[in-house]
Amino acid sequence: MTNWSPTILTRVMLGLAVFLSAFPLYWMLVIASRTNSDAVAVPPPLLPGGNLGQNIMAVLTHEDAKFLLGLTNSFIVAATVTVSVVIISTLAGFSFANLTFKGRNLLLVLVLLTMAVPLQQMGVVPLYRLMVTLEWTGTLKAVILPYLLNGFGVFLMTQYTRQAVPMELVEAARVDGAATLRIWWNVVLPAVRPGMAVLGINTFMLMWNDFMWPLIVLTPDNPTVQIAITSLNQRYSTEYSLIFAGTALSIIPLIAVFVAFGRQIVGGLMEGAVKA
Amino acid sequence: MSLDTLPRATRSAHRRDRPPGRRWRSRLDVKAMPYALVSPYFILFAAFGLFPLAFTLYYSLYDYDLAGTIEWAGLDNYTALLGDEDFWRAVVNTIGMFVLATVPQMILALFLANALNKRFRFRLAIRMSVLMPLVTSVVAVAVVFTQLFARDWGLVNWILSWFGVDALNWRAERIPSWIAIATMVDWRWTGYNAIIFLAGMQTIPRDLYEAAAIDGASRRRQFWQITLPMLRPTLIFVVLNSTIGGLTLFSEPTTFYNGNVDGGSQGQFQTVAMFIVKQGFREFDYGYAAAAAWLLFLLILIGAAINFLFVRRIGGTK
Repeated sequence: MTNWSPTILTRVMLGLAVFLSAFPLYWMLVIASRTNSDAVAVPPPLLPGGNLGQNIMAVLTHEDAKFLLGLTNSFIVAATVTVSVVIISTLAGFSFANLTFKGRNLLLVLVLLTMAVPLQQMGVVPLYRLMVTLEWTGTLKAVILPYLLNGFGVFLMTQYTRQAVPMELVEAARVDGAATLRIWWNVVLPAVRPGMAVLGINTFMLMWNDFMWPLIVLTPDNPTVQIAITSLNQRYSTEYSLIFAGTALSIIPLIAVFVAFGRQIVGGLMEGAVKA
Repeated sequence: MSLDTLPRATRSAHRRDRPPGRRWRSRLDVKAMPYALVSPYFILFAAFGLFPLAFTLYYSLYDYDLAGTIEWAGLDNYTALLGDEDFWRAVVNTIGMFVLATVPQMILALFLANALNKRFRFRLAIRMSVLMPLVTSVVAVAVVFTQLFARDWGLVNWILSWFGVDALNWRAERIPSWIAIATMVDWRWTGYNAIIFLAGMQTIPRDLYEAAAIDGASRRRQFWQITLPMLRPTLIFVVLNSTIGGLTLFSEPTTFYNGNVDGGSQGQFQTVAMFIVKQGFREFDYGYAAAAAWLLFLLILIGAAINFLFVRRIGGTK
């Protein structure tokens, strides 16, 4: 096993990778904690300053930016989509993995096909017209509903359920007289919880980051956090310390989730990759 | 693993002798429930998948504008697109940025995964840090990189000035703007892809390497002759993923121009996705945007097919 220990080159490479991964985030902090004149100084400042709190307050209370509303909206959108997608995917995944019915394989192939189509880009015009017809433009409903469709989630939960819940277990419960929903609740759910966590974290991050569709269907009066940053950027494009404080705020919830669940995220990602 | 759930299931064993009146309900449960459980997904698919796709096709055959006038146009939108310089520029931009981003990204991710596969201290911490870029928000990071690539006070130009390079106007020129955007994409995805590759590498049996080492194969040779060919399924997954993501690139280049979908003063970094949004929601030419969406889909299919064939050949000697 000795030849699996890292060489100097490997160590340097890993160090560089960690540095490059962290640097833009560090840089965000540097500029977010500086005054605006520091941000455009040459040579650039390399250490954080003392204005972070002040800049964050400036962003949160900024009238045009609606930043607090943006954060709240993003949270509502991401949480709603995450909960719905996890439930829908777990139910469908259970059905595909553990139940037998006519047309199962065909339907599963259909799910796989939908994964390959970038629906949000492809169907953007009719989706927009639909939201106009329903008078939903500018509302969070318009952002939430199209994303409840998540083929990846169904696929992931099917794969996960297949290996976490053996058929014999389901059949034994069936013989004992448990109805399908009861089996799902008592047998399947406890076993697939780690898969649900991975899907949930994934979906939350995806939704928090969503940009193109909200840019089309929402207005700056009722933004998600990404739209709020964009309108700040459009109107005050050189007020870096203000904008950077905003970007830092938009990242904090994600970093918090990541630090709390880092081990599961890395583990789940690696497991999922091998199975897929 | 899931053995702990077994007792709970058997606990209800006493219910085996249920009254015959319930039998029809149980049959309905077995027959219909599987469909009921998958139905939420397929209802959503009909509403937000099938319907938009079908209507994109329908719109693309019409002249359809904001005023609501709809006139049959046949294939006019498509022929107009194929003769539209702006559209072709967007296609070239998209492919250019995709290649500039993906090629270095795959190579770096492979070497990084290989390094991460060694034994060292702080393993989880290091894996987490290379994954960190993925969990940051795209727009925020694009804002940061846009400032780093600023002409007059950006850190990148400042560092380049140490080597006597004159300040580059990253945003104004075509290739530099592609490089800046490709950097943002790579920063975000290299670590993620490395983790996926790492997962693939760990499924390769160790004895293969031990046998190769006994035969005197160098570690570099082992990488090319064992790791890479065995990694092919993972490579295909990652490359197809990057193809779809790269050809629908939108957030980074849009933020690079302060949230404007023009992609620079000359459209030098406007992608096809941005072109669609511009035609559909800035010019309100719905039919034209819909036709462009179908051409984008075609582009993705071609890109995916080419990359799939390319990756399948990697290490094909084995």
